[in-house]
Amino acid sequence: MTMLVSWAANIALFLFTAGLCIAAIRLMLGPDITDRVLALDTMYVNGLLILLTLGVRFGLEIYFDIALLLALFGFVGSVAMAKFLVRGEVIEP
Amino acid sequence: MLHSLDLPFWIALPVALLLLLGGVIAFTGSLGLLRLPTFYTRIHAPTMGNTMGVFCVLVGSLLLVSWQEHRLLLHHLLITLLLVITSPVTAVLLMRAAIRRKVGREQAQAGTHPPQP
Repeated sequence: MTMLVSWAANIALFLFTAGLCIAAIRLMLGPDITDRVLALDTMYVNGLLILLTLGVRFGLEIYFDIALLLALFGFVGSVAMAKFLVRGEVIEP
Repeated sequence: MLHSLDLPFWIALPVALLLLLGGVIAFTGSLGLLRLPTFYTRIHAPTMGNTMGVFCVLVGSLLLVSWQEHRLLLHHLLITLLLVITSPVTAVLLMRAAIRRKVGREQAQAGTHPPQP
């Protein structure tokens, strides 16, 4: 039964990596800059999912902490870029 | 290490199914990001992976870790909570940025000044 979980984790890893590559294609194509910010946000979430699946695959708890940090930094980065696009500066005086 | 322990069937099957479901949902969200025509439709697609994909993978991981430790561990749901709180904020700010840029472009074409923030 351990093989079942391990193969499911492998297939899920493949799917997440494919999603990461697709988001990277949108990052390169993106007609407007907001598309690129959205693609970067999707890449963050896919990377977080890859880390969580690696944690399941190898049974290490440390991946969970890295994924939490990645979620936080992804949010802060996306909000900073969106705020910059709306107002022209990130932190206003 | 996953290989060193012997999982029972009733815990291995839900974990495997949840991992596969999360993978398929996140992949569909990313595919929608590539395939949909305009930005306003594209912003809907990755939210599926943001919420449901992460939730499925986290519940699978939570089941496995709780079985390993012989007690209920809920701290994996922190990531889902964080994403559920933060993902609408990002979406609203990005949408507002797109609308602001579109309005500014149209007014620049019409010859008037763009709105001062």
